[in-house]
Amino acid sequence: MRSGIIAKKVGMTRLFQEDGKQIPVTVLQLDNLQVVAQRTPDQHGYSAVQLGTGSIKAKRVSKAMRGHFSAANVEPKRKVAEFRVAPENLINVGEEITADHYFEGQFVDVSGTSIGKGFAGAMKRHNFGGLRASHGVSISHRSHGSTGQCQDPGKVFKGKKMAGHMGAVKVTTQNLQVVKTDAERGIIMVKGAVPGSKGGWVTVKDAVKKPTPDNVILPAALRSAAAEAKRLAEEAAAQAAAEEAAAAEAAAAEAAAAEEAALKEAEADIAAEKSDDAAEAPEKKEGDE
Amino acid sequence: MDLIAQLEAEQIADLGKTIPDFKAGDTIRVGYKVTEGTRTRVQNYEGVCISRRNGDGIAGSFTVRKISFGEGVERVFPLYSTNIDSIEVVRRGRVRRAKLYYLRSRRGKSARIAEDSTYKPLKGADA
Repeated sequence: MRSGIIAKKVGMTRLFQEDGKQIPVTVLQLDNLQVVAQRTPDQHGYSAVQLGTGSIKAKRVSKAMRGHFSAANVEPKRKVAEFRVAPENLINVGEEITADHYFEGQFVDVSGTSIGKGFAGAMKRHNFGGLRASHGVSISHRSHGSTGQCQDPGKVFKGKKMAGHMGAVKVTTQNLQVVKTDAERGIIMVKGAVPGSKGGWVTVKDAVKKPTPDNVILPAALRSAAAEAKRLAEEAAAQAAAEEAAAAEAAAAEAAAAEEAALKEAEADIAAEKSDDAAEAPEKKEGDE
Repeated sequence: MDLIAQLEAEQIADLGKTIPDFKAGDTIRVGYKVTEGTRTRVQNYEGVCISRRNGDGIAGSFTVRKISFGEGVERVFPLYSTNIDSIEVVRRGRVRRAKLYYLRSRRGKSARIAEDSTYKPLKGADA
């Protein structure tokens, strides 16, 4: 099990495919997603990583949290969340996770806090049918109907669906497909809708109801790993370039040597010719040049 | 520009479509790609544009109405659909509404739209 991510819901748009299909996508953005703390089996009894994202002014952070962030040597974070991981997938504190943590086509579960609806009636909250528009119904067209039986049991059962507070609870949408990722800008696009309002925080995890794909990056797609890979690639490229340059130089030297030899030969020929007809030579040479 | 607008602008630039300047009341011809089995061909659909929705953005769409074999037919096209091969303006109409849904209840002479002879192309547009 590897870490998930915290992302900000930016909004929805659509992507046009080559075959004329349109895909509705939700754009999620990563904002300085860093590991703030680790939970280890030895110390805490379970293994997890605590991630933090977003930025907030240090003066608006409580002293306790300021201490927590400074211990990790990271900027104060607006949102902090913990993700359970297998002990071998723990990530070092301070590492930054990038958007290519997920690959295109992968399935993910996205959790967020749904938009609050306030005190909602039974029709909106539980899809009840309401009462009739006419036939003697007065005032209570959108009310629920009966809530139970008679003297026996003589009470309303617990859990009876009624009007009440709706929304503003944690909701998880499972098996959303990742359509596109952009590590540079920290963007992940998932197909379909995601709980919560624009600007809200959501957590993204590998789908629990799908087998884990083989090509997921373990323990996570890290900025440092990407930098390391880039450095290695650059080094390799530089080495290849140096080799190529050396080869080119060698070839050039060889060509130059050959040219020189040819020149010498030609000069020798000219010298031989000169000695043959020394009288005409100077004028002829000027003309040649 | 916020991120969504930026992404949409990028996608529009990527799609590289040239959309002519047209509005409700104009008669337009839409070349729509139709796939039959393995081969694709372009089918023309000509009629009166009776509505434009969501502007010039990636979510934009327009409705084209025509009378086909005595039966009114309306088709809604996404403005930036990759299935649209071409959009051509056949005739500019002079109308006083943005949505011409009133044409649905009219037939024949009363469903005519006067031609706009004073049409001026938009600045910078070549359509």
